[in-house]
Parts: sequence; C-alpha cells; structure tokens
Amino acid sequence: MKKAINVTMPSSAEGMSRVDGRLKVTGAAKYSAEYTMPGLTYGVLVGSTITKGHILTIDTKAAGRAPGVLAVVTHLNSPKVPGDQPEKGKPVPDKGALKVFYDNKIYYNGQPIAVVVADTFERALYAASLVKAQYKAEKHITNLPDNRDKGFAPRGEGVYKRGAADAWQSAPFKVEQEYIVPTVTHNPMELHAIIARWDADDKLTVWDKTQGVNDTRDDLARLFKIPAANVLVHSQFVGGAFGSALRTWPHEVAAVLAAKVVSKPVKVVLSRADMFTSVGYRPFTWQKIGIGATADGKLTGITHEAAGQTSSYENFTEGPVGVSQNMYACPNVNTKYNLVSLDIATPTWMRGPGEATGAFALESALDELSYAVNIDPLELRIKNYAEVEPSSGKPFSTKFLKEAYQLGADHIGWGDRKQVPRSVKQDGWYVGYGMGSGMFGAYRSGATVRAKMMADGTLILQTAVSDIGPGTGTAMTIIAAEQMNIPADKIRFELGDSSLPPAPTQGGSATVASVGPAVVKACTDLKEKFQKLIGNGGEDHPDYAKVLKEHNLPSLEVTSSSDGGNGMEKYAMNSWSVHFVKVLVNAATGVVKIDKVACVSDCGKVISPKTARSQVIGGAIGGIGMALMEESIIDHRYGRYINNNFADYHVPVNADIPQIDALFINKPDPIINVMGAKGMAEIALIGMAAAVANAVYNACGKRVRDLPITPDKVMG
Amino acid sequence: MKQFQYVRPATIQAALDVISKPGSKIIAGGTNLVDLMKRGVTAPDKIVDINHLPLKGISEPIGNVMTVSIGALALNSEVAENSRIKELFPLLSMALNAGASPQLRNMATVGGNMMQRTRCGYFYDTTMPCNKRQPGTGCGAMEGVNRMHAIFGASDQCIAVHPSDMCVALAALDATVEVAGKKGKRYIHFADFHRLPGEKPQIDNNLAPDELIVRVIIPTNNFSRNSYYLKIRDRQSYAFALVSVAAALEIDNGIIKNARLAMGGVAHKPWRLFEAEQFLVGKTASEENFAKAAGLAMKGAVGHGGNSFKLKLAPATITEALKHAAGLV
Ligand SMILES: Cc1cc2nc3c(=O)[nH]c(=O)nc-3n(C[C@H](O)[C@H](O)[C@H](O)COP(=O)(O)OP(=O)(O)OC[C@H]3O[C@@H](n4cnc5c(N)ncnc54)[C@H](O)[C@@H]3O)c2cc1C
Repeated sequence: MKKAINVTMPSSAEGMSRVDGRLKVTGAAKYSAEYTMPGLTYGVLVGSTITKGHILTIDTKAAGRAPGVLAVVTHLNSPKVPGDQPEKGKPVPDKGALKVFYDNKIYYNGQPIAVVVADTFERALYAASLVKAQYKAEKHITNLPDNRDKGFAPRGEGVYKRGAADAWQSAPFKVEQEYIVPTVTHNPMELHAIIARWDADDKLTVWDKTQGVNDTRDDLARLFKIPAANVLVHSQFVGGAFGSALRTWPHEVAAVLAAKVVSKPVKVVLSRADMFTSVGYRPFTWQKIGIGATADGKLTGITHEAAGQTSSYENFTEGPVGVSQNMYACPNVNTKYNLVSLDIATPTWMRGPGEATGAFALESALDELSYAVNIDPLELRIKNYAEVEPSSGKPFSTKFLKEAYQLGADHIGWGDRKQVPRSVKQDGWYVGYGMGSGMFGAYRSGATVRAKMMADGTLILQTAVSDIGPGTGTAMTIIAAEQMNIPADKIRFELGDSSLPPAPTQGGSATVASVGPAVVKACTDLKEKFQKLIGNGGEDHPDYAKVLKEHNLPSLEVTSSSDGGNGMEKYAMNSWSVHFVKVLVNAATGVVKIDKVACVSDCGKVISPKTARSQVIGGAIGGIGMALMEESIIDHRYGRYINNNFADYHVPVNADIPQIDALFINKPDPIINVMGAKGMAEIALIGMAAAVANAVYNACGKRVRDLPITPDKVMG
Repeated sequence: MKQFQYVRPATIQAALDVISKPGSKIIAGGTNLVDLMKRGVTAPDKIVDINHLPLKGISEPIGNVMTVSIGALALNSEVAENSRIKELFPLLSMALNAGASPQLRNMATVGGNMMQRTRCGYFYDTTMPCNKRQPGTGCGAMEGVNRMHAIFGASDQCIAVHPSDMCVALAALDATVEVAGKKGKRYIHFADFHRLPGEKPQIDNNLAPDELIVRVIIPTNNFSRNSYYLKIRDRQSYAFALVSVAAALEIDNGIIKNARLAMGGVAHKPWRLFEAEQFLVGKTASEENFAKAAGLAMKGAVGHGGNSFKLKLAPATITEALKHAAGLV
C-alpha cells in the first residue's frame, strides 16, 4: 500500500502552511465588506415579492423620509446603465444578463427593485423595509419536473451520438433510471459584498468579492461605457465562493449606480437570504440514464438525458451529460441536454459544475448496473477503463485512474465490502461501501506575472489572480522558492487587484496550471537578468541581495507571460478522481452516518501538499453536503425559497464529517505545463455524491436517486 | 429593524410593571428574539432586559424537598453540564445538548428556550400567509412545504411545531413552571404550559403577556439509569428535530415499573405519550413491547404530505429511543 500524503490532522501535515493563514485566523485579512473610507454610505436592496409580472407603482416616500436616508434608487429614477441601452443599428439580443433598475419587469422573486442608501447600515435596512411596491402578477413557473415538456436544446450542446443510439436497450443486463439533483446554493461563509466609489465621472474603484478582478473590471467598464483602465477592482481576500463570484451580478451594478446617485462610496452586503436569489446556484437538474452491459460487464451502450433549469432571460448551460461521453470506453453513447426556462434567477457554475451533476447520475447508474450484472462495481469500472478519450480517440496526456482505484480501495478496506446489501451489521447499524469517480478537463490559459527582487533579498510576485481560498499564494510561493532557491518567507505574492499584470479568473480548477507557468517564466527571466548583470560564469542562484548591492540597484524586475499551451490539440487532458465511502445506516430511522472517506486525486504533480489536502477535504465535504443534506427549497405556489437561512439550509457540520483521507497519485503531467500540475478543485467533489448514495444502497438496500439523501428517503 | 427602546428594570417587580404594557418584550439570551426582529416577524417598541435579575440558580434537592429548581435565566449550557442535573436528570442534559450549537447554548436561557417560537418558514417570511404571525392570513404550510410540521394536535389554522428539545425532556420529567405576575406567583404543569393551535395559533402557550417565567421545578425520580433522548434530524448536529423522543424508564428485574415518553417535532407542544406510558407499566422491557407502545402512541396522527413520513419515522424513533433507554442497544 502506498503512503498517503497527509492522512493525519493538519497540524502534522507535510508541506508549507498557508502564507496568509495567520492573517486569516487572526482576522487581519481584510475582506471586501470590511473596508471603510471617508464618506462611506450603505446600500440595502429591496427584492421583489412576486415571481413574474411587473411593478405598477413603487412608493418610496416613507423610505426617502426615514432618518439618514440619502437616496432610494428604483427603475423610475435610476441613472441609465449605458451598456444596457439598445445600440443603434444593432439588434437587441433577446436574452442576456438581468438589467438592473431598467424597467418595471419582474423575472424572479427577490429581483432587486430598489436600493436604499443611508448613512448607516441599520438606517438603510430600516428604510428598505418601508419601500412598498404594487405589482401586476402573472402566472409563474418555478418547478422543473412539471415543466420538462418546455425544454429546448441549448445552442451547440443539444445532442451527441457515438455508435448506435439507445444500444443499451438490447443489452442482456441493463438499468434505466431517473436521477434528481436539486437546486443547491453555493453559500460560502463570506456574504457577497461590494464597495463602489466613483473617483471621477469616468473613474470607478470597487472593493468587491470576485473570482476574477479583470472580468469584473471589464464588465463594469462595458456596462458604464468607461475605459477599462479607469476601473480599479480590489479583491484581496475572498471568503469562499465555489463559483458564485465568477460573474458580475445585479447587486454589484446596483451599488455602482447608487454610488453615482449619492456621489459617495456605497457599500452593499447581501444578506444570507439574498444569497439564494442573487449570486447563482447549482441548477435543479433532472436526468435519465439507460445503461447496458454484457454478462461479463462490458458496457454496450449509454443513453444519458438531462434537463436543467435556467432563467427566462438567460441561458445557462453546464454540460452535465459530458461525463457519459468520456468516462468509460463504451462503443455506443447518445446524450441529450435540454434547458427549461423558469421564472427564477440565472444559475451559475458551482464547484464541479455540470460534471458533478452528471456524475451523480452516471456513477449511480453504473453502481445499479453492477448489481444487475452481479459484479463488483470497481471491477465493472476497470473492465470499461478508457485508455484513450472515447469521443475523440485522442490519447490522454496522463491518466493514472487505475492506480487511483487501487489506492483508494486499499485505504477504505474495499475487501470488506459485501456485494449483497444488508449483509454487515455493526452496533445495530448497517455497514455499506460505495465508490464514485470523477473527471474534469485540465484547463490552462495565459497569465502574466511581475517578479521584483528587492535590495533586501525579498522577492515580490504580482498578478491579478484571485484566491478564493484554495491557497493560490501558497502554491505560487512554493514554485518561486524552488525556482529562485530562496526561502519561502522571503517571497511576497500579491494578488487580487486589477492593476496588477493580468491573470485568468479563478475558476475551472485552472489557476495553478495557468499562473504557475507564468511564475516559473518570470523567475527564469529574472534569474537571466541577474546573470546578465553578473556576466560570464555567474552561478545559477546567486546571492540576489548582494548582486543588487554590488551594482547599486534598488531592485531588479521582470514581467513575464506564459500562454495557454497547446496540449489539447493532440491530447485529451483531464484530472481524475475516485472517492470511496464507508457509511453506517440505521434502517429504522433512516439516519446515515459517514464513517470513513478516502479520496484519490490524479491531478499531476502536487505543488503544495498541505493546501492540496485541504482542497480535497473541502471538496469531499461539499460532496457530502450535496449527497446528504443540501437543497434550496422553493414553495412553487409563491416562487420563494422557504429555507433561505443557515438554520434551515443544511451544510455539513463537524459532527457529519469523519476522517477523510486525501491521497494523491502525484505523477506529473508532462503536457500540461512545466510543473506537470493539473487542477484538483472540481474533481474533489465530482463523483462524491454518487459514492455516498452507492454506499447507502450497499448498506441497507435503499437506492436514493433524488438528492439529498435525508432520513425520510432511507428509513423503513 | 424598527427603532425600539431598551430598558433594564432593577427588580422582578419593576420588570413585571414594564411588561404589563403592550408592545414590550423580554429579552434573555436574545438568540430567538433578535432573529425574529431582524426578519420583521416581531417588532417590539420596548426591549426589557432581564439578564441581571436573580433568576439564574440551579438548586439541589435538600431535606424532604425532593425537587430541583432551575432558574429561568440559567443558560442551556450550564444546565446541560451541571453535574447534579447529569446525575439526576440525564435526559434533560441529553436533550439540551441535542439542541442548537455550543455557541447558542452558551447564550440561550431556560425561559427563552421555553418561549422560543416555531421555525416554520411561512412564519418567518413576512410576505407569506401565516395565521400565527398574522391571524386570518391563512396557513402557508398546510398545502405548502411542510416537511418539518405537526402530525399531532394541529388545527386547520396552523400545523407548526414547537422546536425545543429541552421542553420535550421537561414534559417527560413532569416539571412545573413557576411564573410571576402582578398578582403574585402561580404554577403551571409543564405539559400544560404550551398549547395547541386551535383557533388561536398566534398564542403559543399559557403564559399571560404580563407574566414572567421564574423557574422550572423538576421532581426527583427513578429514571436516571434508563433515560434516553433520541433526535432524528437532517444532519448529525445543529438541526431541528424531524422527530425526537424523550424516553425514561424505571426498570426492575426486566419489568417496567414506570415510564415517561414525550415527542418533539410532531406537535405545537411537547407531545406526551400517556397511553404508551401506561401500556409499558408492568411489561418486560423488550423491543416487541416497545414497538407496541409506539403503535399506541400514533393514534390520531395525521400527515399533510410533506411530513407524512413522520407517521413511520415517529414510531420507529420511539422504539429506538426506548431500546436505548432500556440498554438494549
Ligand atoms: C440556528 C439555531 C438553531 C437552533 N437549534 C435548536 C435546536 O436544535 N433545538 C432547540 O431546542 N433550540 C434550538 N434553537 C433555539 C434556541 O434554543 C433558542 O433560541 C433559545 O433557547 C432561546 O433562548 P434565549 O434566552 O436566547 O431567548 P430570547 O431570544 O431572549 O427570548 C425568546 C423569547 O422568550 C421570551 N422570554 C425569555 N425569557 C423569558 C422569561 N423568563 N419569561 C418570559 N418570557 C421570556 C422572550 O420575550 C422571547 O419572546 C436554535 C436557534 C438557532 C438560532
């Protein structure tokens, strides 16, 4: 058995600790909502209480007269957002981002209809409660299962076919089942927040929770028709996002508008309830899988259909059926993906996005098939292992999933699993084992890094990337320390600011793979510059401070870029994961306890073992939440969320989380980049929910196909 | 949040004077009241802080006084961790520890716990109908999302449940509530403290608006060796009960001499299972008898769709709790 990296508690984990850990645990790290400045005012949003229709009248008199109120901005008095106005000679697109305070139309419950600005937060909050709107409501739909017939194929992502369609039907062993992933809300601990300040008519500064300062800058520049260079976005610390801060949302635009109206900086912090309607969510998705195999477990066909919800004003797609196209070597695969427009806000990517949704269905169906064929579910996967990418025939850059299967199976004690449910009982609880696998594209894009060696030997690295929690600064510091051969505490990595050299938005598990090579390049270029100074015969890692002193230089700097690479032209590139779960189930009360988890990641070289481990544990916990408890529940009669708070929307607490072993294959991918490092964030969650569901079935014989797996679905 | 006045009366008598005026509300730990104020569910003109009043103590049984008294301001965490309570009434300690989170239990008081309001989502959302919040507007939960709601004693006006865990144990332990009013003290049997919704769901309990909870009195008993609080919920901690059961048995040579059973998460008040208790007396402590008792307990239960699973979960939980209490698991 291989030794796992960091299976023990963090205090004894190998590797460097977070560079910003101390700042975070002492409260010294400053998040967007924590900034203050002269003249700061506070904005509170008023949300629509109907789900579809339009505003007839909106009474802001009482609010406007309330103590401390500076302005009440609605569609009736808001300054125009130039980028939202129709352009001459150009057709008006029929769909697009919600236009804030644009007209009286209501597209979803909770849509901002006003922002009240006051001198204190409390006064703004009180005044916001005084804004009264009269509506003309229309019949709305918010329920996907009842409206699946209204589904339509999104452009370019509708159907896929390889081999014969519906070939599974003629297989000797087959399963056809429907699976539901409900609406799940990102709910990072940090509420979304922005401070907007106009420094001049065409100059804007924001402190904003965002996964991409450059995207936010470009969005705001486009919307307010000012040069991008005049928009400054600060987002130094982000307290989790999971995708919710991947785009610019209405509350950000509202804050910028409000700041224009009051000519003062305006801070808008969403409430927890607002988080359910304002910053996206994992869309409710219905899926159906038909899957067939021969008696010895060779897959003959997979048919995977999905219908995911989107808003009425925008199409959001996330390709949930993609996993069925490429996870296993199967000659016949056909998939179909539909969107259903509902009267609800637009969803967005949430950790693992469509792959996590799709993998719940595929990996559950495979498990069901394993019982139909009566073959160990792990063996079934090994039998259908894809050696090349099934859809394209391209070789994989690297794929060590088979090794991952073995490592995880050893760690969980897969050998103790019995094929027949209800076979093992321990202190009155049924014991079950389950597994689920995941894959996610290994993406990489261009990035630029400035590296500056200071006279005292401190290296400052700068790039505009965000760090939403995974430990980007830590990983980059480790890379630079190795490149420059200096101690990590001599390195300062500065990020989260749009004035720094450009870097991609933090998303799609691509940050280390994209920014890492730019750090390597910058370090290489900087060393070269030192070499030039020293002249012939200089050593590779000189005493930088000494060299600067000798040459009477205050510092030496370079700005270097790396591109997105072209590996994908010849190779299929993915990160891979497998999750093994042991559960205890009380069959009478339906209570499920996770007893042990082993997650194996095949994500190329692990740059920062400690934060990588945290990343995997976080993903596994997210997956356990998705499996057992997370669901944003709407009362469809009203179109309103009914559990939009942290008492009723359950995320796992410590008591739900057992030992989680994070294991890594840790073999570099030579194609992706010079470090050989691929993403590991999404794969930490993809496949986890199915692993839990499969373990529950193995324990007690209850197959739950609609998440979350709450006691009522398991008992009896 | 509406602006309000904050007062801190010096004595219990002074506090009683203030709360006799409409629009005033007592604040103890504030863990429920402040949430309700933030959501606009309640909007008092005057907050009456009682935290400094002498209502904290936990008394020992002395001499022939075979009771323990717990002050209304005793913290949930203090009571749960008190060594005498753990020894005499482990059921109460278990129930308290099953509620909320350590942080909340460190703020929450016994009086506040009893007076906490339902967690029904329709009650909390002021744009929704709710007869409890605004009589006459209808019950949003009746045909809505009612997974958490009552299967016993509901009315067509309201199917909300009382969310407390502590109260389920206190109901099982035959506690008495001492309340103070302008006219003096009075005592309410715990099982009669909370009420069923009937035609007046806006009224949670039988405490008059101008009264204050002083303490809770628990008679000593012989249940300490065979008590168990089992709470079934959507996560392992920090979630309200789908169903919870407080089970207390007095077992002599395998025969049940005395039994107390109460359920949480199923009614507008802690739900005592009198018939099941009586059935168990004189029976052997066996899974079979426990299941029979559980069956009797379910008489009159009604599901409303989303919560109909409780018709099955409740008896399973009763049986399981009794098994734990009897030491069969
Ligand atoms: C997220 C969350 C989860 C929770 N989970 C649980 C759970 O699982 N189980 C559970 O049982 N509880 C749970 N609770 C509720 C918690 O137990 C209550 O909020 C707490 O017990 C209330 O006590 P308090 O002292 O803070 O009351 P306060 O909020 O101060 O007051 C509540 C009410 O009691 C009245 N009051 C207070 N003291 C007196 C008195 N002496 N006489 C008359 N009236 C009085 C107040 O006027 C007010 O109306 C949870 C709460 C939260 C916020």
